Amino acid sequence: MNNQKDRETIESGHRRSNGEDSFKNLSGFKIKALYGPEDISHLNPETDLGLPGEYPFTRGIHKTMYRERPWTIRQLGSLDSPSRANERIRQLLKMGATGISLCLDMPTIMGKDSDDPLAEGEVGSCGGVAIDSIEDMRNLMEGISLDEISINFVSNSQSAVLLAMFVAVAEERGVPLEKLTGTMQNDILKEYQAQKSYYFPPRPSMRLTMDTLSFCNKFLPRFNPISISGYHLASAGATPVQELAFTLANGFTYVEEGIRAGLSVDSFAPRLSFFFKAHNDFFENIAKFRAARRIWAKTMRERFGAKDRRSCILRMHAQTSGSSLTAHQAENNIIRVTTQALSAVLGGTQSLHTNAFDEAVSIPTARSEKLALRTQQIIAGESGVINTIDPLAGSYYVEALTDQMETECYKYFNEIENLGGVISAIEKGYYARIIADSAFRYQEKIEKGKRTVVGLNEFFEEEEIDIQLREADPGFEDEKVSGLTDFKKNRDHALVKACLNDIRDVSQGSDNIMPALIKAVKSCVTLGEIIGVMKEVFGEYREDYIY
Amino acid sequence: MATKKKIKVLVTKVGLDGHDRGAKVVSSLLKEAGMEVIYLGMFQRPEGIVKAAIDEDVDVIGLSYLSGEHLIFTPKIVEEMKKNSVDDVLLLAGGTFPAEDIPTMEEMGIDKVFRAGSLTASIVDYIKTNVEE
Repeated sequence: MNNQKDRETIESGHRRSNGEDSFKNLSGFKIKALYGPEDISHLNPETDLGLPGEYPFTRGIHKTMYRERPWTIRQLGSLDSPSRANERIRQLLKMGATGISLCLDMPTIMGKDSDDPLAEGEVGSCGGVAIDSIEDMRNLMEGISLDEISINFVSNSQSAVLLAMFVAVAEERGVPLEKLTGTMQNDILKEYQAQKSYYFPPRPSMRLTMDTLSFCNKFLPRFNPISISGYHLASAGATPVQELAFTLANGFTYVEEGIRAGLSVDSFAPRLSFFFKAHNDFFENIAKFRAARRIWAKTMRERFGAKDRRSCILRMHAQTSGSSLTAHQAENNIIRVTTQALSAVLGGTQSLHTNAFDEAVSIPTARSEKLALRTQQIIAGESGVINTIDPLAGSYYVEALTDQMETECYKYFNEIENLGGVISAIEKGYYARIIADSAFRYQEKIEKGKRTVVGLNEFFEEEEIDIQLREADPGFEDEKVSGLTDFKKNRDHALVKACLNDIRDVSQGSDNIMPALIKAVKSCVTLGEIIGVMKEVFGEYREDYIY
Repeated sequence: MATKKKIKVLVTKVGLDGHDRGAKVVSSLLKEAGMEVIYLGMFQRPEGIVKAAIDEDVDVIGLSYLSGEHLIFTPKIVEEMKKNSVDDVLLLAGGTFPAEDIPTMEEMGIDKVFRAGSLTASIVDYIKTNVEE
């Protein structure tokens, strides 16, 4: 922010004099000054909207929506150490959170143990919890009812291993597997497309995802084995319509793969769930959520022949937009999060995470996290928006926009299909190119003053309000590494070796990997050791950089 | 008129974090501004970054940070630069960090820190002013 001259140029150019970019939403759709009956005359209220809880679920997936039960208020319960994260989870539940998302630290995300030389300096990083072994999973889940509290593991490439640990802990505690609730994000496709925490090439990764899907299908009927995530695509730069199209295309790919793995569509599709971003453009977001449900429902019925209505229901978690938050005048983010959260609710989400306002600066404090939680409780309890179901249905604008979102999605579906499907499009750099391009255009608009960011390119102030920051625990890494060293010393080494050999054998074959993983984690084999062996078999993925 | 040599910038991410949106967008905008960008990408280590900087004979190294790793890796990169007598390369960092860490990073040897939300015009200007022709 040093260049005063540039700053002045940008500021003098604001006030809706954005030229051809005026009145466009984030997807680039031109928004008309006024919408009327002619904009929705082609829509059939019965077949395109239906009733809430009825096909095609445009108006929401439940008959009663929030009148009977508000959305799940799901906040981040992670902190560096498993026992501190456990405390945090309990605190959040006490404050009224009804679901928990759990982030991992960078080494765990990348499949490395805390004592790996490449983990140095990053153990417990990024506000995530470090999970090396079953011992960590035990501490993390201590005193939490595994059949009542839904924990969403923000876990991807390592999901099969974490699921094995979760199952092993449940078995130790005598919780029947069929009662286990929760979610593994386990969406490997978007890792290659955006989030970049992959280890293996796409095809072996997909095999692991299918192994977890089949395993859950058989033993954990209440657990969500995949949360198909657009959020990360949007965070990497995809526009809302791209997020929607790419996420749904990924969803269809998992369905195809599940069918190819020998499962019947109605046996697993009801357990697939989704995760979208609630970005800045209020109505665009609502339209995105509504279009998502309609496209999913139609495709599941018409293309995949789903008979069970639950296969046609798109259940979603939503999160406000971390990438829309600014470090400058950080308290403004409270307001951004509020309007985004409101749009997610009006869009009919099943679960919501509101970001803390200080995330553009550092890992949130207990205070900013509490404020984020209270934001949802105020929307649910005070604003009155939950009193009626899908209040925006029939709005000329919202319905026209929902329809436009749907139409535009099919253009992307066709492009992906022409490239040979999602995995092939990944390998051809399709997503990398589109997402980098959208991110570039977004930034360019901000730089040129064509997209307003209050406190940044409008109403900029040199002086910043001081905000309190979370203090990191500098001793944590040493503590974690020495704990792990002891853990590795005191185990049956021959057994560890045998388990790793089993995992190597199963990886080379085509049997479901879950039993070997569960046995291994029970025998104190660590996450990093397992991933290490799998890398020997599957190889490692390297992407071409496109920007 | 003789063509001026293009300014050469190496852009990269160090450590395990894969949030590469910022690094890519900045790379594109630097290219637009007429610079040559060597995009080394994610998951790099200090030794590799400095080696690439020497091999490619760059004028600037731009580090993109997000997950709180800036205080860990910055001294390692600076040390590696010293070890290899890389003293004519501008070292810049951008990303998400608390304001109070900026003086620390500058003491460690970063020439200039750009926080999340900085306009790339300010980065371009800084580079153009500070790279010796």
